[in-house]
Amino acid sequence: MSNAKLVQGDIACAMGAIDAGCRFFAGYPITPASDIAEEMSKLLPMVGGKFIQMEDEIASMAAIIGGSLAGAKSMTATSGPGFSLKQENLGFAIMAEIPTVVVNVQRGGPSTGLPTLPSQSDMMQARWGTHGDHEIIAIIPYTVEEVYYETIRAFNLAEMLRTPVILLMDEVIGHMSENFKRPDKSKIEIINRKFPTKTPEEYFPYDENEGLVPPLAPFGKGYRYHVTGLAHDKTGFPSTHEESVKRLMERMRDKILNNRAIIDKCDIRKEGNEEIGIFAYGSSARTSIEAIDNLKEKGIDVALMRPVTIWPFPKEQLLEFAKGLKKIVVPEMNFGQIVGEVKKYLSDDVEIIPLNKYTGRLITPEEIVDKILEG
Amino acid sequence: MDTDTKLKYLRTEKLPHIWCPGCGHGIILGALLKSFDKLGWEKNDIVVVSGIGCSGRTPGYIDANTLHTTHGRALAFATGIKMVNPALHVVVVMGDGDASAIGGNHLIHAARRNIDLTAIVFNNNIYGMTGGQYSPTTPFGAKASTAPYGNIEPNFDLVELAMGAGATYVARATSYHEAILEKYIQNALLHKGFSFIDVYTTCPTQFGRLNKIKSPIDNIFMLRDKAIMKSKAEKMSPEEIKGKVLIGEFRNDKEKREYTELYDEIIRRATKKEM
Repeated sequence: MSNAKLVQGDIACAMGAIDAGCRFFAGYPITPASDIAEEMSKLLPMVGGKFIQMEDEIASMAAIIGGSLAGAKSMTATSGPGFSLKQENLGFAIMAEIPTVVVNVQRGGPSTGLPTLPSQSDMMQARWGTHGDHEIIAIIPYTVEEVYYETIRAFNLAEMLRTPVILLMDEVIGHMSENFKRPDKSKIEIINRKFPTKTPEEYFPYDENEGLVPPLAPFGKGYRYHVTGLAHDKTGFPSTHEESVKRLMERMRDKILNNRAIIDKCDIRKEGNEEIGIFAYGSSARTSIEAIDNLKEKGIDVALMRPVTIWPFPKEQLLEFAKGLKKIVVPEMNFGQIVGEVKKYLSDDVEIIPLNKYTGRLITPEEIVDKILEG
Repeated sequence: MDTDTKLKYLRTEKLPHIWCPGCGHGIILGALLKSFDKLGWEKNDIVVVSGIGCSGRTPGYIDANTLHTTHGRALAFATGIKMVNPALHVVVVMGDGDASAIGGNHLIHAARRNIDLTAIVFNNNIYGMTGGQYSPTTPFGAKASTAPYGNIEPNFDLVELAMGAGATYVARATSYHEAILEKYIQNALLHKGFSFIDVYTTCPTQFGRLNKIKSPIDNIFMLRDKAIMKSKAEKMSPEEIKGKVLIGEFRNDKEKREYTELYDEIIRRATKKEM
């Protein structure tokens, strides 16, 4: 591979952000995500962007919402404890429909937990961490290269759908180095938010007549409007009117669920003759791939489903994947947060076997092989 | 003419406002709108950001780019806006609990950075919207719905807090001293750097009711009677100024470098390095 360099996951994330057009980053130091902030503090001013280290995690989330409203693609990065602190303003970004990218390099919890060790225990916090009914997009890459491309995709989805997107990594993905060749910029698809085509007089920031995702005018461009975390009507002003609340809630839900075709991404490796499958994501998927190779040498074929977009949950893809399979192993570095989703959608015809580790250590290929052989 | 001036920057279709009769918030809003007019600022260039509470509703009435954020976080949102577009005039309005309890951390750090924001605290010494609970500025001994036996917490002096944190323009006025308030707001808006105005105001519905200051006008007289100009207080003995609220301009430092300007230098250095 020419021009390939050893690059760390966290650094690839920063490179992806810059190439996606991110021009504002606000963050707060936290292991194992600090490398992203450090890299952004170096890279952003080189492209005319801005970096700020805020006074806390809450302020970082608030600042990127402000930055995005002022027109810049904006990102923050954190880990478990900081992710907890960001939840309230993450909800604000959902409610006010402000594009933002929030990276959570997962470490062991609860609380301060295991700052230097990997975990996948914020999968449900990514889904339901902020209060209130909402849909969310969360992406979980498994290699350094994929971190780069998925960071770009996170920005594209955020801008396209006017919503925060969560990029989930873990300590191993964030801190490991792999060969990575930064692509030519002309080869990357960049999507920017829609600017209003209407005049300021005719513009409403939450106009359902503009479709599921109304255009967002940056502050200061002549479109004076109001933004609030309160339930609001198409003008952006608070409203408790039942019909307008219903329309708002359903539009915010549907803009995610009706755009599954562009949000969903799954890596499915199945020949059709397998009776056993593995459903795995992030660093557990790396382990799973090695386990699958080892089992192949023993004459056992095992299929893999690796969701890259984990929220919304890929239920249709799972149903398709499960066809013909007798059992599915679900290795996760948590008590079994995603296996519950897998069970929710599959019938009793398929045996679901959880494999869980919550000690800050990676699941090994041997553990997966043993689980499959013993079953 | 005064009314026309205010109407110019108001979203009149959003009136009547939600504030109670006798509330001082409308006076502060009026002073802010008149200040915009005096400075001739374009509505499109003005951003008004608020947190949560009665003061949080202020931006909704202003015909500008307006943002009603989460409780205490207005300054952090505003920091992001100002960083991305320093050409915008960014004004942050907050309540006393908003600015100095839940948002205290953001206040001291925005002041320390000396980022070019104007922060105005609608300081009525109480959490009004939630029903009269005590705030960090409730006077010692005063009653609140969560201090039925009297408040035993010493209160913050927000002017001293802002000065200690490094704000470069610091003033205090009241909603009774409207002319002074308007002057200070204009000075704050023109100031390059973090400007802070503590506006002592009334909440007859909560603070007045719980502290037996019955009529709205008595609440306004409380401001008049408690406030002393800083210049006058300097000639008075400590006993004479005990329990009084000092008003005036406490700092106007034009020397300290402003944050977004310093960041522009960072960009110049970084882009040179790249070449």
